[in-house]
Amino acid sequence: MFQGYTAAELTSIFAMQGFAGLSLFSVFVLMALGLAIIFGQMGVINMAHGEFMILGAYVTYLTSNFFSEHLSSMFSLYFFVAMILAFIAAALLGALVEWVLIRHLYRRPLDTLLATWGLSLILQQGYRTIFGAREVGVTLPDWLMGSYAITDMIEVPVNGLFVMCLTILITIGVYLVMQKSRLGKQTRAVVQNRAMAGAVGINTEKVDRFTFALGCGIAGIAGSAFTMIGSTGPTAGQLYIVDTFLVVVFGGASNLLGTVASAFTISQAQSTMEFFLSGSMAKVLTLLTVVGILMLRPQGLFTLKIRS
Amino acid sequence: MKKLQDFTRNPDAVSFAVLAIVLVFILPTVLEIFRLNLVGKYLTYAYVAIGLVLSWGLGGILSLGQGVFFGLGGYCLAMFLKLEASSPENTAIQSTPGIPDFMDWNQLTALPWFWEPFHSFGFTLFAVIAVPVIFALIIGVAMFKRRVGGVYFAIITQAIAAIMTILIIGQQGYTGGVNGITDLRTLHGWDIRTDEAKYFFYYLNVALLFLVLLVACWITKSKLGRILVAMREREDRVRFSGYDVSNFKIFVFCVAAAFSAIGGAMFTLQVGFMSPSFVGIVPSIEMVIFAAVGGRHSIIGVVYGTLLVNWAKTTFSESFPELWLFAMGALFIGVVMAFPNGLAGLYTSYVKPLIGSIRPLLKERARLYETPDKGGPDMLNRGTAQ
Repeated sequence: MFQGYTAAELTSIFAMQGFAGLSLFSVFVLMALGLAIIFGQMGVINMAHGEFMILGAYVTYLTSNFFSEHLSSMFSLYFFVAMILAFIAAALLGALVEWVLIRHLYRRPLDTLLATWGLSLILQQGYRTIFGAREVGVTLPDWLMGSYAITDMIEVPVNGLFVMCLTILITIGVYLVMQKSRLGKQTRAVVQNRAMAGAVGINTEKVDRFTFALGCGIAGIAGSAFTMIGSTGPTAGQLYIVDTFLVVVFGGASNLLGTVASAFTISQAQSTMEFFLSGSMAKVLTLLTVVGILMLRPQGLFTLKIRS
Repeated sequence: MKKLQDFTRNPDAVSFAVLAIVLVFILPTVLEIFRLNLVGKYLTYAYVAIGLVLSWGLGGILSLGQGVFFGLGGYCLAMFLKLEASSPENTAIQSTPGIPDFMDWNQLTALPWFWEPFHSFGFTLFAVIAVPVIFALIIGVAMFKRRVGGVYFAIITQAIAAIMTILIIGQQGYTGGVNGITDLRTLHGWDIRTDEAKYFFYYLNVALLFLVLLVACWITKSKLGRILVAMREREDRVRFSGYDVSNFKIFVFCVAAAFSAIGGAMFTLQVGFMSPSFVGIVPSIEMVIFAAVGGRHSIIGVVYGTLLVNWAKTTFSESFPELWLFAMGALFIGVVMAFPNGLAGLYTSYVKPLIGSIRPLLKERARLYETPDKGGPDMLNRGTAQ
């Protein structure tokens, strides 16, 4: 598939597609971080995760509309406000869902899968009723438009770069929260031994709710990032859920570094192959490779060596 | 009389008989052919649901990719029917006569090699079962031999369903793309679109469904079924008792795939087309909900569950299309939270005790009237004997 290209052309194709893949990478990482927390730490399969992402995207869309109508002088800053609002909205909904639904199902992981699938259907139809079936897009502020030329053949879109920096920051933040903060330590304690964690005075129910809300909140931020690379529709989230689950499983659940590495591999493979093959074949080949590797190495790429 | 009593005391036999009466006599007389054909279509999903009872309810293996096997079975039969419909006389206006129309639209000039064997009806019937089962065997061996199970298995089968849909849609020239294989006309020169053919396929469908039900019933009653249940509850103990757990899982997964494939083939015959919209993630997970609503442990229950959910879906989406997804979502949540054993669970906990409380009364009466001369029923003599 490489014939007909010179070496220099190939280099720039790989570089360009690599940078184009960074936006996909960012969405994958943010979605997968949330899922990895929820699935890896709590063992809950959240099939509605894509809908939490879309909630964040709709919040971003509403914020952008609000700023362009009422605060047009501050429009260039709307994205930061939108991100915070998206996090809060998704996290609140997540906490509510945990309280109503998930906490009754902790011992039945396959049932959480079915119940959250039902939730995703309800949310999709809710978005369709509120926002309409048509896809909406946001206007980017000027400083996010355009691209930055490295050489005359390689151009990097500014918004992709921005989203990626944001992703790295959030990933580091999540890592710090899980490793250093009191709540993060409590969460890991509950995962390792629920009964003992309860015995030393950790409120396990509160920790569960916090963990689930955090995962959903990060999905909300993923939604903000998503508005930059795609248009938002009621069912847009469903398209990403399978890929994201593969990212999480491929990276080895409960390992945040593995999640980032596997999101990078999958998004780059897909983006690079898309240039040479049709989009659908690129996706088929990527997913097949991942499934194939998972069959050979079911524990994922990176695993913690622990005795259970 | 004795035989009839034995029969009515065997709950399986009674529920089989009730289902047979409903499907063979009541529905065909009550419904016109259009609705009956719809029921036939719903029943093809019941094959998948019965397969899920075996693999998920009995064995604890939740596959979210049953649509793949349903689709493979359906596509195999659709390929045969499509080849028959695209005879050189029928397709004379194409630039390459004798190949299916969608291939001609996609500038193919010869039949792809994997379509060739589907000229033979015998091979097609073999392939309808064999292709999905071999595929399931490969997945099963790869996963279960490495002790992948539960949640991971569900996610990977779901990914396989996604891959399959993207592949079918992407390879338009070979598969008919997003529209699927449509415009199927005849089976050995016999028009499959007439009312007469629809009645025939409905009864064939019901007959095959009962065959599948009998096989499933036999599996649940056999030692194999017991081992599956034991495996679901305590896999380690079964393994330590000397059983090769993975082989049982592979077997039951293949059986579920074969059932789904029969359903898919019957779907193609009754509906007249096959498309990727019955293969992917959404239909596969809907098939799981049919099984969950019917009751994941009851092979008869899931048939009713499938009929009920699909009937509700058709009714709702005809009159309140926007409410349907809300209702479906609520159904998923409600079944999982409140009725984990579905309709069958409701039956055993509410209807059966009711029947149970009536039955002794009936039996008492029967004894009173039938056996007065063998020393008399206890109830009558109780007062005088003491």
